[in-house]
Amino acid sequence: MSTKKSVKKGSKKKTAAAKKTVKKALKKAAPTKKAKKSVSRPRAAVAPKRAAPRAAAKAVSVTSAADFMAHAYAMEAEAAERYAEFADAMETHNNREVAELFRKLARIEQRHADQILEHMGWKQSPATAANVSWQGMEGPETADPTELHYLMQPYHALQIALHNEKRARDFFANLARSTKDAGVRKGALEMQEDEAEHVRLIEEWLKRTPKPDPNWETDQDPPVLSD
Amino acid sequence: MNAPAAAAPITAQAFKSDYKPIWCPGCGDYSVLSSFTKAFAKLQLRPENVAVVSGIGCSSRIPAYTNCYGFHGVHGRSLAAASGLKLARPDLTVVVASGDGDGYSIGGNHFLHACRRNVDLTYVVMDNHVYGMTKGQPSPTTEPDWDSKLSPGGTGLRTFNPLVIALAAGANFVARAFAGDPNGTADLIADAIGTPGFSFVEILSPCVTFRPEQREWKQMVRPASVPSTDDAARAARRLMTDDGMNIGVLYKGNRRPYQPPVGKGKKHPSDLEVEFSL
Repeated sequence: MSTKKSVKKGSKKKTAAAKKTVKKALKKAAPTKKAKKSVSRPRAAVAPKRAAPRAAAKAVSVTSAADFMAHAYAMEAEAAERYAEFADAMETHNNREVAELFRKLARIEQRHADQILEHMGWKQSPATAANVSWQGMEGPETADPTELHYLMQPYHALQIALHNEKRARDFFANLARSTKDAGVRKGALEMQEDEAEHVRLIEEWLKRTPKPDPNWETDQDPPVLSD
Repeated sequence: MNAPAAAAPITAQAFKSDYKPIWCPGCGDYSVLSSFTKAFAKLQLRPENVAVVSGIGCSSRIPAYTNCYGFHGVHGRSLAAASGLKLARPDLTVVVASGDGDGYSIGGNHFLHACRRNVDLTYVVMDNHVYGMTKGQPSPTTEPDWDSKLSPGGTGLRTFNPLVIALAAGANFVARAFAGDPNGTADLIADAIGTPGFSFVEILSPCVTFRPEQREWKQMVRPASVPSTDDAARAARRLMTDDGMNIGVLYKGNRRPYQPPVGKGKKHPSDLEVEFSL
């Protein structure tokens, strides 16, 4: 991640290579099918259109560049863990295509987290990361579990991912605006740039992903008796 | 001679079993499971020193998904089993998992007396205002006008208020959490475990299958505007104006936990066996 350079000198090449790897992973993970001309019915399995939960709405107090990296690590690790949980849930419900997609997203987020550890020379999650508190309920890149649906399709999963990348981008933008620490500001701006790039890549990925059929959530054997 | 290396800290991952949850995607119980493991890690408990005891229902599947001692008991009787376990093995941290049907209806009687008895347990109830596992019947916390095929026009019954009951019956720690706030919930569970006596944590845990409108809870919950109190009367007054969406510790008392009588007359389990031998 490019943020590293503001914290540790002499890692430009390494950082650029790491960034390239992530971009490559996102591109590689994206399917190449052409989009169908159908519209999804936005219910549970899409990114919420309402205001983002309180988590991403406020700035978080970050006191130094190292503290900033601990926050960034906590954010990526939490996002990775959530996507992995989503993948497990989808696998259990035999929605393998979406499970695989969430698994890919989890790997990508975990790679970001690992890169931060590697760059900072941390052998494990820093103690400060365990005590990071977001002013909302969860980290700004963590997906909302109530948006899942057992019949959701890759398009929905990507919408969730897009929503989270946008929240992450906005979080760093807000932090860059509000911090008084020059190192933190520089790091936040670079992270904002990274997240904006992820937004762009996922938007491209979405363009290549078939849109769900309007009746995507129709279940011939529904669990709800009152349906 | 080199000093022994410090043991690696216990992580939340260490408390996750190899079994994958079979809850519906979007269920709040996933987050509660994560809060359990985070709380145990936060307290640096060791898996062999923790027991998770449950009854029946979606929420009661948690012992299978945690890597520690577990007991998946009978419907509504988790507190009875857990009380026995804690009294026999006071060295264990015993956490009880339940749902609003299992805990407030079938196990309602045990709930009252567990609060009153004040054994050092942590009782976590995942409340989604419905019986999810049996396909959507109204539970004691279901709103009286909740209309469904199984309860046309609603039950018309006033709802059970778990925090009021817990406080009135003598629980030593009373709190409410929200599944959509797994980090805050983990802190609350850790606080409950760390408080001696019977600790009760109600967790609003949405059932997206039978109560999809509960997705809106995340927009409705808010941190309680006042800190916790050790004054039960003050806590009771706060509950009079509570709309069920305030999150945090309501009451933290200082009652001494129940201890079984020791000394004369105490029998070893093998002595009891003799009495029942045929």
